[in-house]
Amino acid sequence: MSRNFAAALIRAVTGIRMIPAARCPSPPAVYFANHASHLDFISIWAALPPETRARARPVAGRDYWCATPLRQRLASEFFRAVLIERQHVTVANNPLAPMVAALAAGDALIVFPEGTRSTDGRVHEFKPGLYHLAAAHPAVPLVPVHLQNLNRILPKGDILPVPLIASLFVGEPMHLAAGETKAAFLARAREAVEALGRTRQAA
Amino acid sequence: MKADAEIFWLIGGIGGLLLTASAVTFVLRRRAGAKGGAVLENLAARVRAWWVMVLVFSLALATGGIGSVVLFAFVSFFALREFITLAPTNQADHRTLFWAFFVITPLQYYLVAMEWYGLFSILIPVYALVFVAARGALQGDSRGFLERTAEIQWALMVCVYCISHVPALLTLKIPGYEGENGKLLLVLVLVVQMSDVLQYVFGKLFGRTPIAPTISPNKTVEGFWGGALSATALGTGLWWVTPFSWWEMALMSFLIVLLGFMGGLVMSAIKRDRGVKDYGQLIEGHGGMMDRIDSLCFAAPVFFHLVRYIHT
Repeated sequence: MSRNFAAALIRAVTGIRMIPAARCPSPPAVYFANHASHLDFISIWAALPPETRARARPVAGRDYWCATPLRQRLASEFFRAVLIERQHVTVANNPLAPMVAALAAGDALIVFPEGTRSTDGRVHEFKPGLYHLAAAHPAVPLVPVHLQNLNRILPKGDILPVPLIASLFVGEPMHLAAGETKAAFLARAREAVEALGRTRQAA
Repeated sequence: MKADAEIFWLIGGIGGLLLTASAVTFVLRRRAGAKGGAVLENLAARVRAWWVMVLVFSLALATGGIGSVVLFAFVSFFALREFITLAPTNQADHRTLFWAFFVITPLQYYLVAMEWYGLFSILIPVYALVFVAARGALQGDSRGFLERTAEIQWALMVCVYCISHVPALLTLKIPGYEGENGKLLLVLVLVVQMSDVLQYVFGKLFGRTPIAPTISPNKTVEGFWGGALSATALGTGLWWVTPFSWWEMALMSFLIVLLGFMGGLVMSAIKRDRGVKDYGQLIEGHGGMMDRIDSLCFAAPVFFHLVRYIHT
């Protein structure tokens, strides 16, 4: 219940509306989006219909989310985040392993393939993680998401929010095509996110 | 504020109008059956939203002054939110916007509540004008500086300054009308909103000749005159609750209606330029807050100053 309430509150503050259940493939699934604000993952989390949200797990950097006890509790207990190593990656803490395991367990992941928040309004090159997930679980639908205005509500490097209205656009699920190279797949996935932003601006 | 019989007559009359609207909508939908379509669905949603808006507005009036001040402070806040969302400000404006939402807007309404007319009337046109420009320049980003600055200043003028003149009507000291200003507020909002509704109705029934097809294709000459004249008649018919004589109120009503039309047209031009149909989705069937109050933006300050000039 408190999760539904938190999600409703986040939607009210950001102005983002719930995604119709018909547009959300049932988990396991991967939601991937552009990244420009701290609000990005909680906004996607809050926009998912409750059944999907119950299985949704944001993928986040261990360095940030384990820095204070409060963040650690929020990440592990409230959001059930999949925390991954960003700085000292070794074979033993391979960031892909927990994500692949979460998909195998039937969860939905929320990922930001750019790896860090963009400050110039552009969608940057995708890191290869999304490709490896798609290769490990070829049947899992990959859902592109475009987030708008969240960086105007809370830009990178600021702590004071401004109450503007953000939007979230969901595209058609995609899969890794047979024989598709890593570079081609990542470019196609990035283009899917960018295209959602363009159709919005033209509308 | 005095709880005199007249204000109950007014609110009762509005309730009667809403009952009629609900009944007409019900009959139209029943007659149309399954093929009712989007127009009737939208009409029903609009009428439902009107009930909520009238209820909230009446409750705010019933508290005396403070409820109306708080209500319109929220109206301004939500309108500003929609307006700035459409305005292409950039990251350098972030802190300026924080001030606009959380300092300037509450301060303007605080000045209404404490009835400090001298500062209320210049806070935004003088001090916020200077502050927004200076704060922006200190941020050091010159790209589109004039556009960005002007957009924030305009947003504050239209969404906050102009709208704050609605509850400010309660602060006017009109000899022989003490404690009755709530009725002025009610009449202003009623005439402006009924003019919108009647222009919509006349436009749907008889509309042929567009007034400004490149800006608002739904506004027609026939709709405008039908709505403007009938709303003026309505306002004139309510002269007995105002401090005006009937012919003064007729002129006043026509002016309010005209300014309401201009306000709606100007806010439509902004929407059209940004490529959107509505400012938001806050009010079911109506669009955003800004879509509902666009016609109050210009009418409220002019009405306020005319009443002030003539009667105080």
